[in-house]
Amino acid sequence: MSTIALKVNGATHTVNVEPSTPLLYVLRNDLDLHGPKFGCGLGQCGACTVIINGVATRSCVTPVSTVRSEVTTLEGLAVGGKLHPVQQAWIDEQVPQCGFCQNGQIMTAKALLDRNPHPTDQQIREGMARTLCRCMTYYRVQAAIKRAAGERA
Amino acid sequence: MRRRTFLTTSGALIVSLSASRSAGPLELLAQAPSPYPDPDFHQLDSWIVIHENNTATFYVGKTDCGQGTGTAFRQMMADELDIDYDKTACVMGSTDVTVDQGGSGGSDAIQTDGWPMRRVAAEARRVLLEMGSTKLGVPVEALTVSSAVISVKADPGKRVSYGELIGGKKFHVALTGSNIDATTGTAKVKPVQDLKIVGQSPKRYDIPAKVDGTQQWAVDVKLPGMVHARNVKPPVAGATLVSIDESSVRNLPGFVKVVSKGNYVAVVCEREEQAIDAAKTLQVNWKKPATAPFPASPELHKYMRAATPTSSSTPAVIGNPDAAFGAAAKVVEAEYDVPFQGHTAFAPAHATADPSNGQLTIYSNDMKSYGMRNGVATFLKLPRESVRVIWREGPQGYGRTAADDAGFEAAYLAKELNRPVRVQWMRNEETAWDTKAPAFACTLRGALDAQGNLTAFDYLARACDYNHVGYNEPDTVLIAQLMGSRPARPAAGSAATPGEMYAIANRRMAMQVVSLPLAFETPLRTGNLRDPNGPQSTFASESFIDELAAAAQVDAVEFRLKLLTASTADDSGFKRARSVAVVKAAAEKFGWDTRPSPRSNQSGNVVTGRGIAYAFRGQTVVAEIAEVEVNRTTGHVWVKRLVCAHDCGLVINPEGLRRTIEGGLLHSLSRALHEEVQFDAEKVTSVDWLTHPSLTHLDTPATIDVVLVNGDPNPRRSDLPPYGAGETVCKPLLAAVGNAIFDATGVRLRRVPFRDARVLAALKTGSTASL
Repeated sequence: MSTIALKVNGATHTVNVEPSTPLLYVLRNDLDLHGPKFGCGLGQCGACTVIINGVATRSCVTPVSTVRSEVTTLEGLAVGGKLHPVQQAWIDEQVPQCGFCQNGQIMTAKALLDRNPHPTDQQIREGMARTLCRCMTYYRVQAAIKRAAGERA
Repeated sequence: MRRRTFLTTSGALIVSLSASRSAGPLELLAQAPSPYPDPDFHQLDSWIVIHENNTATFYVGKTDCGQGTGTAFRQMMADELDIDYDKTACVMGSTDVTVDQGGSGGSDAIQTDGWPMRRVAAEARRVLLEMGSTKLGVPVEALTVSSAVISVKADPGKRVSYGELIGGKKFHVALTGSNIDATTGTAKVKPVQDLKIVGQSPKRYDIPAKVDGTQQWAVDVKLPGMVHARNVKPPVAGATLVSIDESSVRNLPGFVKVVSKGNYVAVVCEREEQAIDAAKTLQVNWKKPATAPFPASPELHKYMRAATPTSSSTPAVIGNPDAAFGAAAKVVEAEYDVPFQGHTAFAPAHATADPSNGQLTIYSNDMKSYGMRNGVATFLKLPRESVRVIWREGPQGYGRTAADDAGFEAAYLAKELNRPVRVQWMRNEETAWDTKAPAFACTLRGALDAQGNLTAFDYLARACDYNHVGYNEPDTVLIAQLMGSRPARPAAGSAATPGEMYAIANRRMAMQVVSLPLAFETPLRTGNLRDPNGPQSTFASESFIDELAAAAQVDAVEFRLKLLTASTADDSGFKRARSVAVVKAAAEKFGWDTRPSPRSNQSGNVVTGRGIAYAFRGQTVVAEIAEVEVNRTTGHVWVKRLVCAHDCGLVINPEGLRRTIEGGLLHSLSRALHEEVQFDAEKVTSVDWLTHPSLTHLDTPATIDVVLVNGDPNPRRSDLPPYGAGETVCKPLLAAVGNAIFDATGVRLRRVPFRDARVLAALKTGSTASL
């Protein structure tokens, strides 16, 4: 066990875990941040996505000891109680079915729009390609991304 | 006093619901003393609580698998009660708080369970009007009610609210009805024309918490003293446990215990990642079975066609098929195959169980939470009154959580350790060992006369479905099987015939079930998946109807409409007229040009085509059209456009329905393009998202058009019922895509999924036989 300091959503936390512990379990079980989810533990589905240095990162395959920068989770997107435009677009478009994968969809979309505020349809498809949904809400996810991009114009 | 306990608990939940929009802080869920009650469905108070602030909470025995049914329940009940939608809340699926409506399944939430909800809400309105009559001193007939306020028609200043009449108090009104579906008071439900909230599209109340991270899911449950468990599955199907070397994990950090019984093995640790490591590290000696548990997946359909059926239906025969085939101008024959396709839920099975005070509380996303309560009580030989299930949302249901293994495992482990235990399966475990939709091998024949009329139809479906897993059965859940349970009569399983209204004078429709060599403790165990047999049987029949249309050189829509209108025989649900209506509506929306398939004169690598298929399930009818692009160099298929014409009778929430339909279409598209459980002769080799691919954003159609038809001959009739909306959508899509590929390429694909390699091989050989 090692003592590891983490900055998450603006606050600094200290946890006592094995250095190899995937960030996901620290976020969920030690910091009680339940936005990121376990889906595969293999970095294949995107359920566990957080944003580090502007990059959508799969926390299930990220050892906690390798995290050097601030981590943003789904809980950290809203500012002062106001939802991030991507989250608002998700509500406006009524995207989720069960909603379990939507952390990955929203966080990946947020990072995508941060680096490319006005993506083409094909850029959205490619940027989201590795983020899975088993209720298959892809059509509405893509619509919500376009809606969020439009509102940034 | 069980009733008092229930209402106290309910009151606590209401506070948290209004405060957080979500499921309530976990401290409220600490073990309440048993016995845990069965809320009495014959009491109005079990269904509806009116609060002093003139709001209402509805308690229903359903679970929402992600289609927004909770929002629809609120709409229906608010409409009958005459209260604004946003002044209501809905509590679902926890066995000691909500009446037992069985949880979810069969797309029956609105169709079946919506009726008692509407009737009890109407009864509450009736009772409140009587109370208002007494309070205001005028007859009920002189009163009107709007937004939960009763006023005197002739003197609107005279008014009293529901909250003032009964807020915080109980109705004490008994209901009647021989079972929960028949629950009723004396009030009648409103005619359709008087419904104001039904037919609107309020946004789903559960979505905000799902996008801001505050939703409390079943996976999120965290209890004091809780430990984490992971299973160790047999490495090959049918293996038996020889020995466990506990010393291999005893010194790992956080190690608590290895638990095993029969062939069930689990490792328990203090922290989640520790349990994952320990389960990977644990040394277990297994003995392989003497004989192969199943053929390898490439051999499956050959095996199924050669096997002796474990059961056969008596064929349904109309007319004289043999004579008609003998007199045919042309006979068309084909075999259609569908492999095992899994649920592969987005998150693996999970549950947390708390054994405090000698009782058992299970926190679960089981879509049939009531069944889990009963099943676990029997499985662990506990009094039913000391077990309850608190339902929490989870990854998509679609049938997997009706055979909820993790809940039973968490309960067993919690009892063994006498500590709260959270268990979750790993990805490879879920993809390999979840319940599967049965594989189908179908054999079809059709007879055409000289004018291209279909004169005879012969359909035989064989399903690999013996020992189909039931709902939360204490002797068939996987942990019970691994511990040696063998029910005296394994479920016979079932095949299916297609749901269509074609008038064909001579028919033979037959169904058979076959078994794999290994029927128990197998990862190839079948269970219900989103219309359990519909996609398979409809893929065969609706593809074959298309083959017949092509053989007759008749347009695919025209061929179907001719079959649908060849008889005037109707049924009680106007299913024939509604079938015609959805086929026409889909063709019109698509802009269908009448011509036979395949499309001719296409050059270049990428060719396009369109295909239609149609089906009914219960009283819901759908027609679907796919437009595809096929890359002839790579074999890649992109469905660029989907049209679905849909009739489920009365629509509660049109926008919610559209999204449910879109999800069903794309889930089925994933089954058409990607999904297939692969295995060698001893284990499943589809174990993650690389070896069991699923639809992705790249596959998403550019356009999806949903047409809500409502083809009832009189859609304004006052008693128009709602029918189950979800699963029908899943039936025709596989065939629609296959038919579109044929239209584009002239090559008929008779086996799903239409992966690139399979399509490319078929394009090269002109057929898919034995691929």
